[in-house]
Amino acid sequence: MSDIRPVGPTRAETEQDAAEQVMTVGVPETPLTVEPERKPGKQARPASLWNDAWYDLRRRPLFVLSAVLIAILLVMAVFPGLFSRVNPMDATTCVLSNARQAPSSVHWFGTDNLGCDVYARTIYGARNSIVVGVSTTIVTALFGGLLGLIAGFKSGATDTVLSRTTEIFFAIPQILGALLILSVFGTGNVWTIMLALSVLAWPMTFRIMRAAVITAKNQDYVIAARALGAGSGRIMFRHILPNAVAPVIVIATINLGGFIAAEAALSFLGVGIQSPDISWGLMIDSARDRFLEAFAPLLFPALFLSITVLAFIMLGDAVRDALDPKLR
Amino acid sequence: MAPTSEAILKVRDLVKHFPLTQGIVFKRQVGEIKAVDGVSFDLHRGETLGVVGESGCGKSTLAKVLMALEKPTSGSVMINGKDMAKARGGDLKRMRRNVQMVMQDPYTSLNPRMTVGDIIGEPYEIHTEVAPKGDRRRKVQELLEVVGLNPDHINRYPHQFSGGQRQRIGIARGLALQPEIIICDEPVSALDVSIQAQVINLLERLQNEFNLAYIFIAHDLSVVRHISDRVGVMYLGKFVELGKDTAIYDQPAHPYTQALLSAVPVPDPEGREQRERIILQGDPPSPANPPSGCRFRTRCWKAQEICATEEPLLQIRPGTSHESACHFAEAQDVVHAG
Repeated sequence: MSDIRPVGPTRAETEQDAAEQVMTVGVPETPLTVEPERKPGKQARPASLWNDAWYDLRRRPLFVLSAVLIAILLVMAVFPGLFSRVNPMDATTCVLSNARQAPSSVHWFGTDNLGCDVYARTIYGARNSIVVGVSTTIVTALFGGLLGLIAGFKSGATDTVLSRTTEIFFAIPQILGALLILSVFGTGNVWTIMLALSVLAWPMTFRIMRAAVITAKNQDYVIAARALGAGSGRIMFRHILPNAVAPVIVIATINLGGFIAAEAALSFLGVGIQSPDISWGLMIDSARDRFLEAFAPLLFPALFLSITVLAFIMLGDAVRDALDPKLR
Repeated sequence: MAPTSEAILKVRDLVKHFPLTQGIVFKRQVGEIKAVDGVSFDLHRGETLGVVGESGCGKSTLAKVLMALEKPTSGSVMINGKDMAKARGGDLKRMRRNVQMVMQDPYTSLNPRMTVGDIIGEPYEIHTEVAPKGDRRRKVQELLEVVGLNPDHINRYPHQFSGGQRQRIGIARGLALQPEIIICDEPVSALDVSIQAQVINLLERLQNEFNLAYIFIAHDLSVVRHISDRVGVMYLGKFVELGKDTAIYDQPAHPYTQALLSAVPVPDPEGREQRERIILQGDPPSPANPPSGCRFRTRCWKAQEICATEEPLLQIRPGTSHESACHFAEAQDVVHAG
């Protein structure tokens, strides 16, 4: 009992005085108004986490740069016609006699082995990369996140089974596993790549979600909700999920860049996107034999790929820093 | 605040043991933590029962079992004649309306992602029969007013309030279902001393207004004395002494209570000089392996052979006015001794 503090009176004769003193301190008649204030250095204000994060993000050059890059890439993926008058899907635009030209005012990025315009192909190649990256991220976040929520919340046997299952998937090397899955499908396209990458990547999201849920479910407000008689569904989706979702969003953003790189790698290896469809990985692959004669067809898709991956990883980093109060 | 009518809460031989296990896949039980080990008491309408004891003596586990957040190992928690420990599903949900709690830490007990209106209104969303949908916002605003907060702050988030105000929000949430019993698990220990007084006064005012019964758990003897009608002293999962607040504080009969009270600081230099402090030796024994007979005997200066062989029961003993669990119970005023 070292933590006894003297609050009230311990002697009878002082009790009256102390009671009066307490009364004067008393319950305020008019409630105090508290103005919301912003102290970025303080940890105990997760309520306005999103507001604080947004406030913080807008002031980070890294975030602004990556957001602008990603915005341009998204527009490029949806409306490639805005950037290039030439439609590379139209085979007549490729003239074999123009093969391996250096960059010029007509062909900004030069032409490739088949005489196709590299600039137009690079622009049109953004769509597949973005679609694979975004769809894989959504699928892994939803699937891994939901299973992680269940495993973390239920614990016990459910958790053991799910966690051991993810460990099996963790043991499979990413590229090797994707090669295997895609060679089973035979034809590579955006959706089979998405599937192959999702199968191998969901355990990461699962683990992060599970850890966040286990932290959140022991919080006092969850116990308070249980004491009120709240059911499992309400506790999971009203109390735990909103407080556990931040790390999943961060890892999803960072992973998105990784998925785009993986798509390029698989296409490069010949099991991903197939010609005549356009992909940066495929372009790098077809340019690599003759790249000493013409470096442009290899350089530009590789540059776009690097910038795209970098933009998403930078965005993820910035979001993580903004959402993690300890790094403030 | 005089206790009226019969008990609304009757706790009988309540036991909560947590198993200690070894092994990962094949768990085998190697022992148990006897967190609460045979607690019985009654609580009357409008009465406050204070529960004191040092850290780890089972106060918070007792609160969790009473709230049906933990299933008791044995024993019963009768609320208005129905056993809450055995209730399931819809029955349990209905019974929860009658028992609510105020938690210790106002910084962690409110969901940071919900507005004050959502937090206080959640009981109505769970127990839809209490208030019709259109009525809920008004009820929440009434509750805010009752606990002394501005009803216009209904759309604010918990972090926009101070610790004392947040504790008021927690109290409003507890009041929403109009319970008869509120279990306060150290409701003021996380607050500043001046704010403690405000919250205690609020709790007392609400008790008079709504005829609430409190179980007030704390380790601060002065706070407990201020608010309680009766006080129970816990040691290693058992009540060692239970009686009216004046009886416990002025004529403590159990050596443990006497030791606790002798440690309370006295704001009087003269009395302090003359007072004898009882300093207990050693640490409390492990609740996984409590001593035989009387659990306090390992630290007691009165201990004899009988204490090791025979467990003293909680009963009124000769020369004392209230129940105590000691073979050598003897009323002694340690606070005012001089």
